[in-house]
Amino acid sequence: MSESSKLADAARRNFLARAGVAAGAAAVAPGVFLSTSTAHARPADEPVSSEKRWGILVDTTKCASDCNDCVTACENENGWGSSEPNSDAAQKAHWIRSVTIKNKATGFAKTLPMMCQHCETPPCVDVCPTGASFRRADGIVLVDKHICIGCRYCMMACPYKARSFVHEDLHDQKPWAPRGKGTVESCTMCDHRVDKGQIPACVEACSADNHNALIFGDLYDENSEISQALKAKDSVELRADLGLNTGVRYRGI
Amino acid sequence: MKLSMNYREIEGSSTGFWILLGGLALVIALAGGATLYMEHEGHYVTGMNNQIVWGMPHVFAIFLIVAASGALNVASIGTVFGKPLYKPLGRLSGLLAIALLLGGLIVLVLDLGRPDRLIVAMTYYNFKSIFAWNIILYNGFLAVTVVYLWMMMERRMNRYYRPAGLVAFLWRLILTTGTGSIFGFLVARQAYDAAIMAPMFVIMSFSYGLAVFILVLMASYNWTRRPLGDAVLLRLKNLLGVYIAAVLYFVLVFNLTNLYATEHHGIERFILLDGGIYTKLFWIVQIGLGSLLPLAMIYHPTIGKSRPAIATAAALVIVGAFAQLYVILIGGQAYPLEIFPGYEVVSSAFFDGQVNSYSPSVWEIALGVGGIALALMIVTIGVRVLRFLPESLEDAAVDPHAKGA
Repeated sequence: MSESSKLADAARRNFLARAGVAAGAAAVAPGVFLSTSTAHARPADEPVSSEKRWGILVDTTKCASDCNDCVTACENENGWGSSEPNSDAAQKAHWIRSVTIKNKATGFAKTLPMMCQHCETPPCVDVCPTGASFRRADGIVLVDKHICIGCRYCMMACPYKARSFVHEDLHDQKPWAPRGKGTVESCTMCDHRVDKGQIPACVEACSADNHNALIFGDLYDENSEISQALKAKDSVELRADLGLNTGVRYRGI
Repeated sequence: MKLSMNYREIEGSSTGFWILLGGLALVIALAGGATLYMEHEGHYVTGMNNQIVWGMPHVFAIFLIVAASGALNVASIGTVFGKPLYKPLGRLSGLLAIALLLGGLIVLVLDLGRPDRLIVAMTYYNFKSIFAWNIILYNGFLAVTVVYLWMMMERRMNRYYRPAGLVAFLWRLILTTGTGSIFGFLVARQAYDAAIMAPMFVIMSFSYGLAVFILVLMASYNWTRRPLGDAVLLRLKNLLGVYIAAVLYFVLVFNLTNLYATEHHGIERFILLDGGIYTKLFWIVQIGLGSLLPLAMIYHPTIGKSRPAIATAAALVIVGAFAQLYVILIGGQAYPLEIFPGYEVVSSAFFDGQVNSYSPSVWEIALGVGGIALALMIVTIGVRVLRFLPESLEDAAVDPHAKGA
């Protein structure tokens, strides 16, 4: 091998090594900078604590029959509702919905919001073959979109019809509420907000208009507003016969 | 006298053979196209929605999976229960079981929202989920049956044939228990949540699997012009009669138990009286055409011996099976969830309290039919390349005490 070709060889090696380092740095950098640039109430590297259990009390006596504020707030916050143009009404996702019910014996009617009840022993988590359906230590029941295979067994198992399957491609999603065609989703109790020390969007909207039908808080904290309210007056779990110990409770039905 | 049975590949060179193979390939290709379309567009092109989440593909898949374990029963009767008449049928029984299971599994997988994540399903297990257990049971069934067939077909391995058969028999019982428990474990739904669903599915598998076996046996012997004697066929059709009656018994007990409990009157009324298509399917197709009519044909002193009648009875059992699974699966989901006991739903943005509607799309049906075609293709190729079928099943060959032997 001649001297000049040796030199060219060394130059090529040098270039390749530098290019490699540059590419590696470019790949790693976003992760490094992202993890240092956001501030959370609960740091992202700290696990969720089982010393809390998040819950919502729905006081249906304060729900107006024509009010849909919590539903609209959830749609805006999490980006569902108008994002599935091809799906028909029965195929569109619903994270929270307004339901009007009437007592069969007395005729007394009520309107209330229905969503994931965040059970302590969720049937959806029991049946999920891959473990995509899971319950956080603080009681919020979620779907891991990365390992959901779209089998829909959780939807068969849920007593509250709280879950939806995405029937088509989605665009312009909210970064904090990833959704995907072929996977299952439901109310997240706005975990992205709760982790920052905020309250869920539905609860915020309800209190913003002074309806105050929804109270969010830590069920394990005796002094929290929700615990005090639950202690002061009667409330029920939906399908209490199933013994699921739901995180969402209702007053007035 | 010990009979030695000669097994031989089918010739598989006739025009009919190639037409059969080509026809099946065409159906599979159409099913593949339908699947690509559904997966590319998303499930909005199907009849499924967020109320009826399991549709027509599940009806086909569960039929095939349940029939698969039932098809293996014929081999088990020969091996585990030592009935010599069934022994020559063991190889076909094992092949059919594998083929039906593969057909069913492919339909199940291709109907997932994310079939591309099959590897996730194989590597992430939640052991509290009966679905996760079923993934293991299905794969295990394939492995156990392949080993069983090998012990059966390889002379040097014949001595292990009985224990292998026993394992396969137990495995298939557990497998169908698991399939039935998919529904039995659904606590929230009025139509399911019953322990009897597991044994009921086991009995259903006996009936569905044997009906498919009889049809495949008759077709393959007829088309290859190999002799098939009455000794085998009449025994099989009598057994089918017993299984049909057993399924009817389980259906009766299941519904009677529900009728006794007031909380289940709603769903019973829906299925038995005013559920529209589900009520019609239950009484006319499942009970009438799929159970009582084939029972009458099978046990009729003269019709019961006619081959076209036996084939028709077996086909009717399969039609009834589809009706039964449609009523259980779709009917069970169509009936609304009881979320607010004591209340009726006046209005809801998400169809609470209403009977949900479902009309299967052509894509879903194509996928399901493709699963059946795949199973039949596996059997067709199987008997062409390996020695699954005895050269003769005439009475003298299977039973030395038969008349005229």
